Parts: sequence; C-alpha cells; structure tokens
Amino acid sequence: MAMAADVPKDSFRLSMLIYDTRYRSYTIQIVVLVLFALAVAWLLNNTVQNLEARGKQFNFAFLWQRAGYDIGQQLVPYTNDSTHFRALLVGLMNTLVVAFFGCILATILGVLIGVLRLSKNWLVSRLMTVYVEMFRNVPLLLWILLSYVLLSETTPAPNAFRITDEMAAAGEAPAASMILWDSLAITNRGTNIPSPLFERGLGSADLGFMTLNLTFLALVLVIAASVFVNRRILVSARATQEDTGVRPVTWWKSLLVLFAPTIALLIAMGFHLEVPELRGFNFQGGILVAHSFTALLLALTLYTAAFIAEIVRAGIQAISRGQSEAAFALGLRPGRTMNLIILPQALRVIIPPLISQFLNLTKNTSLGIAVSYLDLRGTLGGITLNQTGRELECMLLMMLIYLSISLIISAVMNMYNSSVQLKAR
Amino acid sequence: MKKSVFFGTLAATTLVSGLAMAGTLDDVKARGELICGSNTGLTGFGAPDASGTWAGFDVDLCRAVAAAVLGDATKVKFVPTTGETRFTALQSGEVDLLVRNSTWTFSRDSELALDFVAVNYYDGQGFMVKKDLGVSSAKELDGATVCIQTGTTTELNLADFFKQNNINYQPVTVADDSEAQRQYLAGACDTYTTDASGLAASRATMPDADNHVILPEIISKEPLGPVVRHGDSAWGDVVRWTYYALLVAEEKGVTSANVSEVATSTADEEVKRLLGISGDMGAKIGLDNEAFKNAIAAVGNYGEIFSRNIGEGTSINLARGLNALWTQGGLQYAPPFR
Repeated sequence: MAMAADVPKDSFRLSMLIYDTRYRSYTIQIVVLVLFALAVAWLLNNTVQNLEARGKQFNFAFLWQRAGYDIGQQLVPYTNDSTHFRALLVGLMNTLVVAFFGCILATILGVLIGVLRLSKNWLVSRLMTVYVEMFRNVPLLLWILLSYVLLSETTPAPNAFRITDEMAAAGEAPAASMILWDSLAITNRGTNIPSPLFERGLGSADLGFMTLNLTFLALVLVIAASVFVNRRILVSARATQEDTGVRPVTWWKSLLVLFAPTIALLIAMGFHLEVPELRGFNFQGGILVAHSFTALLLALTLYTAAFIAEIVRAGIQAISRGQSEAAFALGLRPGRTMNLIILPQALRVIIPPLISQFLNLTKNTSLGIAVSYLDLRGTLGGITLNQTGRELECMLLMMLIYLSISLIISAVMNMYNSSVQLKAR
Repeated sequence: MKKSVFFGTLAATTLVSGLAMAGTLDDVKARGELICGSNTGLTGFGAPDASGTWAGFDVDLCRAVAAAVLGDATKVKFVPTTGETRFTALQSGEVDLLVRNSTWTFSRDSELALDFVAVNYYDGQGFMVKKDLGVSSAKELDGATVCIQTGTTTELNLADFFKQNNINYQPVTVADDSEAQRQYLAGACDTYTTDASGLAASRATMPDADNHVILPEIISKEPLGPVVRHGDSAWGDVVRWTYYALLVAEEKGVTSANVSEVATSTADEEVKRLLGISGDMGAKIGLDNEAFKNAIAAVGNYGEIFSRNIGEGTSINLARGLNALWTQGGLQYAPPFR
C-alpha cells in the first residue's frame, strides 16, 4: 500500500513518446504508417502528374474496342473483330491451360524423381541428383528457348510430308510421315493431333456473356456421375469388409460404371476423330498444338519438377525412420510402405512449399513471350498494350489478374493442406 | 506543416521536370548529345556496323539533326528499341527523337500523343516467301503460317488483308526483325510480312538472298517518319525543317561535297537562306544560322543518304519509287524555305 502511494503521479511529457516503453511502440507504428501513406501518396501524385503531362487519360474503355489482331492458339472463340477484352480472355485461358497441365505434370514428375533420388540403387539416385542439379541451376528462360529450338529445328517442315506425282510414280516415300497410325503429325510448327468430332452433338447454349458447349457439358456430367457412383460402390464394399471380413469383388462393377455410360454417350452422339491431313501449306483439320505451347509446358514441367523433387525428398526424410521400420516389421513391402505409411505423413511437410512452386510455375508462364506464346502477357500486356498505348491500365490489370490467379491457387491448396494435416481425435 | 512542405517540394519538382520535358531542344543543347531511338538492327535503316558505329538511312537523319543542333554529327547516342518499346521510350523521355521505321497513323498521332513531323520513307507492307514455295501472289497464301512483328501496324494490316480476301492464316508473333528472320529461315513460317523496305533489308542479310522473293502485292500505306513527343512544337520544328533542308538540298543540287563551295558561289536566294548566308532561318528555330549547312555537310542531302544506305547498288537495292523528289514524279516535297 505504502509502495503504491510512493509512485509519483507525473504528468505526460513529449519525451515519453520515445523513452517510455508504454508509448514507444505506438510512436513507431504511427511514424511508419505516416511514412507509408506519404510514399503511396507520392506514387499516386506522381502518376497523376505524369499522365497529365503526357495528356493521357486513365480509363478502361479501350477494352471494348475492336482488337484487330489475330491469335494463333484460342481456347475461346476469337476473331480479329472481337474486343480487346475477348483477347484478354483468350490470353488468360492460354495462361491457365499451361499452368494447369504444368502443375499436374510437374507434381507427378517431381514426386517420382524425389522418391527415386532416395533409392538405394546408386546409379538411379545419382542420375536423379544430376537431373535436379541441372534443371534447377540453369535459368528457366534458357530451358524454354532450348526446348523450343530443339522442337522446331529437329522436326521436318510440313512440305516433307508431301507426296508429289513424280514421287508417287517412282514409288518413293516422302521424307517424313505421320506417326501413330497416321493420326499424328509433328512438323516444325507444331504437333497436329486428331480432334474429336460429334455427328449428333447437343449444340451449344448462349448464356449472353459466353456460349456453353452442351456436348462437352454432358460428357463432364456423365463422367462426374460415374466417378460418384464408383465411389459409393467402394464405400459399400469397405463397409461389407468391415462387417464380415470378406471384401466383395468390385472390379467389374467399377469398370462397368466408370466406362460404360461414357462410351454409350459417345456412341450416341456419333463420336469420331478428325485426322489432320496436309492441304496447302499446313496440315488442316485436327488440332494444332503449336511448339511454343509444347516447349513452354515442357520446360516449365522439367524445371519445376526439379524443385518439387527436392521438396518431396525433404518431406520423406522428415519422417522418422521408426515409421518405415515399424511398417517393415508388420511385413509391408517397401512400395506399400512408401504409399501407405511414408508419403501420407510426408504430405504434411510437402504441401506448404509445394504451393509456392505452383505459384511460381503459374507466374513463370509469362516467360512464354520468349517463344511467342500468346498468353496473358502476350495479349493484354503485349499486343493490346502496344496497339492502344494504355501501358498503365494494361499493366495494372495484368498484375491484378496474376494476383487473383495466385490467391485462388493458394486458397485451394491451403484447403487441401488443412485436410491432410494431423487431426486430433 | 511537414506535409505541406513535402507536397510543396513535390509540386515544385514535378513542375521543374515538366518544364524540362517541354524543352527538348534546350535539353539536347545542355546535354551536348542527342539521344535517338533506333531500330535494334535493320541493315540499311539502322544497325551498328562491324566497328560498332551506327549506320543507315534512319540513323543518318539522327546525325543530321545532331549536326544541326550541336554542330557535330557524332554527338548522338543511339538507343535500340523494339516495336513494343519504341513509343514508351519516346513518351517517357528516354529518347529525344525516334527514327525507327515507324508508321504515321491516326491513333498514334492522337491516342499515343506523338507527333510525326515528316515522312522520310513512303512504304507499304509486303510479303516475302521462299522461291521453292511456288507462290506468286499474296492471295495464294491461304492456310499459310505468317511471321509478324508485334506492336506494329503490319500486325493489324495482316489481319485485315486476310479477312478481306476470305483466306486464313496462322500467325507467329515475333519481337523483332532478327527473330522473324530466324523463324522464317528455319521454316517455322511460310512467309514473313513487314514493310517492303524492311523485307528488302532482311533479304540482303540472308546467306541465300536469291532464294527469296518479295510478292508483288503491297497491302497497305506505311508512311515512315521521325517521331517526337506531342506538345513540344519547337523541337518538332527543328526535326521537321532539318529533314526538309536535306530535301531542298537535293532539289537544288547541294551535296556534302560541294556545300562549302556552293555557299560562297550561289546566286539562288533559297539556297542562300538554307545555308545561312542570308536571313536568319536557323536562329528563328533556336539554332545556329549555319545549322542546315552543317547537317548537309555531315550526312549529305536526301538523295545521297538514300543511295548510300539503301539505294540501287547497295545490298538492299531499293529503287527511289515513291521516294523520288516531286520534280522526278515522287512524293518527297519540301515546303519553301522562306
């Protein structure tokens, strides 16, 4: 009591803002906040001043003007009469398709290499070490250029597939021929693959802002339903096994449920393949997968797989040896030990850094500009930006879109991450 | 208080930089060097030679401006720009002047806030193909793969041309001329399209130039010329009249070789005004009275520049065509020096 009375009740002095620990943190925070606000204000002010000095406006109306240029690879319908916004969408789809396949392939390859790098086989593990060190220590841009040059320089020109009348008379074969029962042609421009066609397709529905391909939608729905039914079958089989100890035979049911409806639907809609054939300068019909796409996908996959392999290796090594020893003691074979015991536990360590790799891969697709792959950077940030002269708008929009894609990938992967974490029961 | 000081300084800084932006001519004089936006490398128009010295048709115009403003044609720094970066480089003040096979169009003049001050080459877009492709007209190019430089007017013309003729093509978008050449020579595209002059220049550097033909169709008008920032008329005038001085010099037979002799002997009043012997033409646009004389002495007249870099007899081998003087039936016409 006496002690408390002794504490001097001194008034607030300005110096206490720095020397008194009660106020110091507030002082620092406020100063930092003011500095930050000033920096932002300066940037904005500078931008406005400079735009004014150049007599430029800031608005996004140009997105609704006619684009006027053509894009080689389009996953949504587009002509040069479409708007710049449509071109943006085409570019965005091109970005997403590379990112999507890239993430899947890089994960598969990365896990495989990561596991093999821990193999007891000296040669295999050393080869994997060489792979990892080679790919992750050379800049990605060089890998993209290398794969592109290799693809376009080592493959024959479309002309080499041609049979002229003289050659036919002399019974000579053309210099190059299509592979896989004459369905696939690899030229120095791209890979021509057969395209699926439907004689009795379901047409498409116009939703105003986009058209929906009903044939495609029907296929997706049927496959999703098959997968769902198959899952029910497996769940009931497991229930039976747990009740009676005998697992019922399900493989033929699964096969039937998974494939029969899809095949029936395909036949009903008159499915057939349109094989590309050489007409004029190029192969016509079928789908042209340009080498810029293949090269970008290949390089991104190989490069990112090297990083993922290291993440997987780290994840596996983080699991204590006791786990695999216990599994061996129970008589599990090494393969099953890996699949059932080690990898599920390692996932907890693997997923968070894997998210960064997916984000890296997605953002790295913008390097496709080096091989003229018209992704978001190529359309919105390249041709649209140039033809309209709207640098600021295009760049901001592009940053916003990449940010959104990354945040979405992050969110999805974080959801998956929380589902594989240890659950307290 | 602090904030108002800050913004005061900020406003003052931007004002000063704004003023500095407005007077490119004073900037160049103060710097003692002209910064000229050039091609990344198009033989005959703008490319560094074996010793690293920039040479070419467009480069010579930069040198003429440097000679007129600074009295020394070597005081030029060349900044290579691609089709994508050129206008941004000019707008941001990275270069004072852009002479880089750039087409004068409405939207570039208005939306991009640029000023095209003259047309130093009247061009049109053409197609180049390999001879063994057996194509004799651009209209036979249905289904062809076309190499096209991005950020150019040719990109848009190409789309229009194929649409008008109801034929299809597959575009391969490239960043600059050398990349286009590589793709075209490797066979990644059937045809390469750009300004006809650019095609001739590209072909001249190919090892097998005779195996390539430029198709007869010219599908667009491409008036190429020097570009300055919009809103700096004084600087625009300097570039424009330096260019016209070169044209008038050709018209009057003044060359780099005879310019000093003509200066002493001429009786032609316009030539006298041009060379700064009478009147004060140079001083009126903020230059030396002998500015145009210096320019002509340094690089020669328009005809000399043309024949030295791209004319008949050079590897590019372009005829004067539309670029002949108006007195010879061409389009090159300078307003009077009066």
